Amino acid sequence: MKPPPFDYHAPRDLGEALRTLAEVRGKVLAGGQSLIPMLNMRLAAPDHLVDINRVAGLDGLERSGDGVLVGATVRHADAERAEVHPLLTRALKLVAHPVIRNRGTVVGSLVHADPAAELPAVLAVLDGRVRLARWDGGVRVREVRARDFFTGPMESAVEPGELAVSAFFPALPPGGGSAFHEVARRHGDYALAGVCAVVTVDGGLVATARAACVGVGPVPVVVDVGEACAGRPPEDADWAGAAALVRDAAEPEDDIHASAAYRRHLVGVLAERALRDAAREGAARGA
Amino acid sequence: MEHEITLIVNGAARRVRVPARRLLSDCLRHDLGLTGTHVGCEHGVCGCCTVLLEGRPVRSCLTFAVTVDGAEITTVEGLAPADGRLSPVQRAFAECHGLQCGFCTPGFLCTVTALLAENPAPTEEEVLEGISGNLCRCTGYQNIVKAVHRAAELLAEEE
Ligand SMILES: Cc1cc2nc3c(=O)[nH]c(=O)nc-3n(C[C@@H](O)[C@H](O)[C@H](O)COP(=O)(O)OP(=O)(O)OC[C@H]3O[C@@H](n4cnc5c(N)ncnc54)[C@H](O)[C@@H]3O)c2cc1C
Ligand code: FES
Ligand code: FES
Repeated sequence: MKPPPFDYHAPRDLGEALRTLAEVRGKVLAGGQSLIPMLNMRLAAPDHLVDINRVAGLDGLERSGDGVLVGATVRHADAERAEVHPLLTRALKLVAHPVIRNRGTVVGSLVHADPAAELPAVLAVLDGRVRLARWDGGVRVREVRARDFFTGPMESAVEPGELAVSAFFPALPPGGGSAFHEVARRHGDYALAGVCAVVTVDGGLVATARAACVGVGPVPVVVDVGEACAGRPPEDADWAGAAALVRDAAEPEDDIHASAAYRRHLVGVLAERALRDAAREGAARGA
Repeated sequence: MEHEITLIVNGAARRVRVPARRLLSDCLRHDLGLTGTHVGCEHGVCGCCTVLLEGRPVRSCLTFAVTVDGAEITTVEGLAPADGRLSPVQRAFAECHGLQCGFCTPGFLCTVTALLAENPAPTEEEVLEGISGNLCRCTGYQNIVKAVHRAAELLAEEE
């Protein structure tokens, strides 16, 4: 298995990268941990690759009160070690193996938009956004919110000629807790199903609760379950009822790894666990 | 189109002309004659092509040689010190029977060398997670896990 031939471009700054992309409409090469397998298996054969690994200024990882801004060349492993956001850190530990995380990038995982990938669900449950840039006589930038960014399985809102320059993951509010649970056949494999949850607790009562599922729909399935549990103390909120809402929203399919029915069952179990854990953490952080 | 690149492989600068599509694994094996790095699945799953890039383990089958122009790479050939002895990790694998056919071994040795450099005394769980990205068809893994713990001991003794 060898990749097909392509013309290689290795721009040094953002302007050059965007001009090259505008001109050749090639594929962006970031960590290569999804793109190179696809090339090796000849599932993709782009004429041009634009390697962004040498582009200056894309490796920033900035934490502010509002959240975390992750540049396009920040590797999974570096974002994980920096511990800049509790839910992002948890999710990163579930992405592939440590060796893959040494090359793969956070932004690359979002653009790749695999329905079984963890990071799109994290961006979606937090209502984060991706910044896209293209060249049109100058640098043109637009921001796309998570709900508009994931458009289908392996499809994102990135247009030909565009580069995703960063992603923004909003911080959890005070009293906000999070959790991520998934079931995979082997450590590091894509999960059969997974659920991440964010719950906020205010004055001892659940205020908001959201969950996002992976592996059970074309894009991350985000469900607001506030109506089932808000206004109750975390210990006796109806988490089973909330989890049922998540389970009903999932659109799982059969494949060689698991049946749709089993995946739906998993989503219910994982959702209840994730919501309870997130609520417990939120209560502790709010106190 | 060919690209002229320089890789610092096991401490020595190597200049080589490669097409852009040359995988680092093939560059090491075919262009530089370093056949210690093995190639199994070529899509990131088996781990036998793992090498150290600036000290960190990466899949050489999922890296283009041109992308790492100028970088330092350590392959299994570079793990042993120059005096001809084996490295502590290599000795531990030999002592604990952590290999049979040896096909997966270069990847395990590079992965474990980096694992122990970052975490000199891993727990059982950390060892299992650390080697979860490497497949072995022969050993059943038990002796590999033992070898990782033994290597940690040997490294601690050497300090
Ligand atoms: C063995 C194995 C197991 C894995 N398991 C998991 C898992 O459990 N969970 C998971 O989520 N992922 C998993 N992955 C995939 C993950 O590791 C990829 O790294 C990640 O999806 C892509 O990030 P990258 O930087 O490597 O992107 P690349 O492979 O370089 O690119 C992926 C795609 O995104 C585009 N792209 C990348 N960056 C940009 C950008 N800045 N702007 C525009 N387009 C861009 C590329 O053109 C390409 O189409 C696994 C991979 C392997 C090999
Ligand atoms: S050959 Fe690279 S991981 Fe299998
Ligand atoms: S020793 Fe044969 S594959 Fe591991």
